[in-house]
Amino acid sequence: MSAPERFLKRLNARRGEDPSWVAARRQAGAARFEALGFPTRRDEEWKYTDVRRIAEGDFALATDAEFDATRFDAQRLDIDAYRLVLVDGRFNPGLSELDGLPAGVSIEPLSQAIEANHEAVGGALGRLAGVDFSPFTALNTAFADEGAIVRLAAGTVVDKPIYLLMLSRANDQPVMSHPRVLVEAGARCEATIIEHYVGEPEAANFTNVVSEILLDRGAMIDHYKLQEASLADLHVASIHIEQGRDSRFNSFNLNLGGALVRNDLVTELNAEGAETHYNGLFFVQGRQHVDNHTLVNHNAPRTFSNENYKGILDDRAHGVFNGKVMVKRDSQQIEAYQNNANLLLSDRAEIDTKPELVIYADDVKCSHGATTGQLDENAVYALRTRGIDEPMARALLTLAFAGEVMEQVRLSAVAERVERAVAGRLPERFNLSDLVETAEAVQEA
Amino acid sequence: MLEVKDLHVTVEDKAILKGLDLTVNAGEVHAIMGPNGAGKSTLSAVIAGKEGYEVTQGTILFEGQDVLEMEIEERARAGLLLGFQYPIEIPGVKNIYLLKAALNAQREARGEGEIPAPEFMKLVREKSAQMQMDPSFLQRAVNEGFSGGEKKRNEILQMLVLEPKLAMLDEIDSGLDIDAMKIVAQGVNSLRSAGRAILLVTHYQRLLNHIEPDRVHVLVDGRIVKSGDKELALELEARGYEWVLEESVA
Repeated sequence: MSAPERFLKRLNARRGEDPSWVAARRQAGAARFEALGFPTRRDEEWKYTDVRRIAEGDFALATDAEFDATRFDAQRLDIDAYRLVLVDGRFNPGLSELDGLPAGVSIEPLSQAIEANHEAVGGALGRLAGVDFSPFTALNTAFADEGAIVRLAAGTVVDKPIYLLMLSRANDQPVMSHPRVLVEAGARCEATIIEHYVGEPEAANFTNVVSEILLDRGAMIDHYKLQEASLADLHVASIHIEQGRDSRFNSFNLNLGGALVRNDLVTELNAEGAETHYNGLFFVQGRQHVDNHTLVNHNAPRTFSNENYKGILDDRAHGVFNGKVMVKRDSQQIEAYQNNANLLLSDRAEIDTKPELVIYADDVKCSHGATTGQLDENAVYALRTRGIDEPMARALLTLAFAGEVMEQVRLSAVAERVERAVAGRLPERFNLSDLVETAEAVQEA
Repeated sequence: MLEVKDLHVTVEDKAILKGLDLTVNAGEVHAIMGPNGAGKSTLSAVIAGKEGYEVTQGTILFEGQDVLEMEIEERARAGLLLGFQYPIEIPGVKNIYLLKAALNAQREARGEGEIPAPEFMKLVREKSAQMQMDPSFLQRAVNEGFSGGEKKRNEILQMLVLEPKLAMLDEIDSGLDIDAMKIVAQGVNSLRSAGRAILLVTHYQRLLNHIEPDRVHVLVDGRIVKSGDKELALELEARGYEWVLEESVA
């Protein structure tokens, strides 16, 4: 049995009746996935990322969504938010908090939309993330039966973040989940959306998520992806964004966990004044592999993009950054900036970085750059002259490197979480977590 | 406390210090003056342990310990601290991280435990107030975007928190306006104590109006050619360095 067949047989074993629009989508996804198969390193888009660990795996589908409440509290972000929780891809209403949504805000699990035969949702799903985008998008389309459908009416300013929490459990038999996120942000609305991937330390599951985010005229969305999966989890995600006139999107793509991680971020800047900011940070150790592919399509004049991705790589970890900016022929007076900086903490860590600018217009302001290096030896010296030993000095400077991305983060719960996670990954005896806590305490006092 | 004997140092095969002798006792404030290129900054950099300086001859003892055998951080932990002429910017490392990590490293070297958080917070607030630095400075990256005066105040703040036995201040007065000079001098003067020594390296006498030295040394062409009390500094200010050089040759 081929790998696609082995995956798709789980689909056939699913129970339940789908409305016709869902069934049609599944069929299309399955057919496309079967035709494409899993990508190999011969595919240019997958040149540096080997997905055999996924293709050769045998993943079941979770049948329940139970999660220990005490452990849940330790995993979740401590923020006041509208919260939707999936456990191994299944909706957990008990852990979710979706009561008291303000007028103009709708957040529902995909399963409910399907059950309610909500065809408007069906019309929007897959418009940005088609089955041709990648085999994983096709696979997701075949399986997706859970996720989050977020709809914000025009002019809505959402008072609290919308927090989508995806938990991965330590299962006897690894499972796969194919969550689907759809955000339709009406004109001039403002919201913060968090996709948080976290799980039990022993979890070894495969998550394959597809998110589609549509920003109507003047909408402003801050989007956080915080990926803290276990070190054995396999994680593939694509996030597709479409922006209307004068809309603004801030992306924070923060990756700390996972054995094998691939993120695709694709933005269509479709009308004048649309603006996107891509901020990325990853920190990999051991044999972790994180691949970030980003694309911004400047489809209209006077659009703006700014990208800043940073990677920290230790041990034998492997990172990939492939950032592409495409400026169409009539997209004059656009601005596009891109920067990728990587810090190698070990001789055996590896980064493949490929910034790409493809410009067909002539009146544009663009720049890009990629740097890969070690820590600033003058700074190491300066810290040592204060009595800080060399490993500690290097740890502090590593934390500082990450800090430059984290400074842009407006949600302090996320910034603190990441700062502590980075500090916590550096040797324990440095007790950097204590420094971070002290700094927070002084700030608050 | 500090004993430098017959110190010869080369930088990229060029001789900079050529047999320098200096003794600084606890409780004293010494000033080393001299024309540009005499080797003033080299002396403090060698004592602090900066790379790129080769000691070809001579010894440096600090409280009887051979400084040249010690790692950079060991020197600091033993109580030897250098305030830089050009403080280094360390993007992303918050001042408070540096202060706490440095203080704890020192305490650890002395066999003490980490400083309790409330005590530390009280200490840094008090000392930053003394240096007229807003507490928000503590959250800012070390020296990043600081003005010249702020950088120098920050160097002294580190001294106040870390309380070295020997504070070496390299051209701490350069780039300071008169108000900043007063704040810096006040900080340095508050460090004066019977158990502590201060070594000022300076080009101008002006600093010594604010921080009165016990001894003044003139460093010319890699050697100390004349030593005296604070009157010597005034004389240098009035007459320049030429006469000292002539006198030493004669």
